Amino acid sequence: MSNEQVRKMTDIMSQFVGFTAKKLPDDVIAKLEELRSREDSPMAKVIYDTMFRNQDLAVKLNRPSCQDTGVLQFWVKCGTKFPLIDDLEALLKEAVIDSTIKTPLRHNSVETFDEYNTGKNVGKGTPTVWWDIVPNSDQCEIYTYMAGGGCTLPGNATVLMPGEGYEGITKFVLDRMTSYGLNACPPLLVGVGVGTSVETAALNSKKALMRPIGSHSDNANAAKMEKLLEDGINAIGLGPQGMGGKYSVMGVNIENTARHPSAIGVAVNVGCWSHRRGHIVFDKDLNFTVDTHTGFEYKEN
Amino acid sequence: MSVELKDGKKILHNPISREDLKDIHIGDIIYLTGDITTCRDVAHRRVVEEGRPLPVDVRDAAILHAGPIIRPLGDDKFEMVSVGPTTSMRMEKFEYEFTKETGVRVIVGKGGMKENTERACKEFGAIHCVFPAGNAVVAAVEVKEIVEAQWRDLGMPETLWHCHVEEFGPLIVSIDSYGRNYFEEKKVEYNKKKDEQIELISKQVGFIK
Repeated sequence: MSNEQVRKMTDIMSQFVGFTAKKLPDDVIAKLEELRSREDSPMAKVIYDTMFRNQDLAVKLNRPSCQDTGVLQFWVKCGTKFPLIDDLEALLKEAVIDSTIKTPLRHNSVETFDEYNTGKNVGKGTPTVWWDIVPNSDQCEIYTYMAGGGCTLPGNATVLMPGEGYEGITKFVLDRMTSYGLNACPPLLVGVGVGTSVETAALNSKKALMRPIGSHSDNANAAKMEKLLEDGINAIGLGPQGMGGKYSVMGVNIENTARHPSAIGVAVNVGCWSHRRGHIVFDKDLNFTVDTHTGFEYKEN
Repeated sequence: MSVELKDGKKILHNPISREDLKDIHIGDIIYLTGDITTCRDVAHRRVVEEGRPLPVDVRDAAILHAGPIIRPLGDDKFEMVSVGPTTSMRMEKFEYEFTKETGVRVIVGKGGMKENTERACKEFGAIHCVFPAGNAVVAAVEVKEIVEAQWRDLGMPETLWHCHVEEFGPLIVSIDSYGRNYFEEKKVEYNKKKDEQIELISKQVGFIK
């Protein structure tokens, strides 16, 4: 593939990542507006007012809305015939380095064991790239996510015995909400993964966080459980910042895969109120569409 | 008197005395005008474990648990670009001694703290407040001036950035000078409701038959 195309896609991704640091996705803004209108305590109102003022200022002053711009994570669904498939992982890393300087993003990549900050926001295995290969397609779909420290901390996965059942999953998720969730900047988006082992459950839980707020699992029982967990966590009353209110979450999304008869893998992953996810789809000529955000414009250098 | 009421806002001005804090209780929303200095992990360690005096005088003033993004303006001047509170709990093990040594009155951060800080607030007359997290631009524009930078050897996030702020907040009081702890009291309530919900939901998810 031509260097020109690689440079162009790198630029687009760098600018898109920077944009997502400054403006929240449309569905997140809409949900926060809805929750804000339903809270009536003075404290909850003051906190929501501050959040909306902050998001306005971030756009106006062109600054990242939260100082923790996270570790960048990309979930790519790449067609085998997408012309830049060979260059994709390297160009995403390059895009993060570029965006780190231009946005600017905080330096959030610490090499493990050697324990030093690379100062470039990339390192061994960061940004994280998860691949789904799509046969006979020439498109490339990329979910972007800024995984901040505060909302990464509640993440947890385990394998339950079948005897513990979905009741055990309920307890596992709800326990995490009151121990760690309240410090992870509620209202949260909660991703629950159900599968056979820790890593299948964990990856499902992250993919669940990429689904739009208000979407439902297409499995009827899983959708029922999403609703039960959402209502149940709301009833705990964490409110904005975990300081009390009528609502705790923006939603609960469950993603599931099959399991071994003897095991139920379960994982929970949360996104903070400042849920900086993006979704961009490229065609083979690098024309792109963004369905998470309005207002993103690529400026050619 | 260091407590001003303006348009329904309660604004603390430093120097803040123990007396000024007596009508402030957990769950109250206040604002701060005056001096606040960013102070986090290593600075606490230096004061408490190494016995070094804090090079910024925070007596009767405030500290902020935060690691900001700063833009140097040249001529030893700086601009606050982005400053959000960091998890206060990391400073919990040092905060009793730190408050005793420095005489700080207002500690601002994210999330709750525990017994050491409760004890410090009660004994020395101090409070811990939460600045709503994720609002780094709001906090940055409320910083009017960075007046000095000390312990610069610690790097940008850990340097003591001594700031002049105006109506810095909202600050929600999480531990008051009576030692009451908002988060710990709320947690009892949350856990009770959580147990009720687990029971309720469990009756409806018997998918394994």
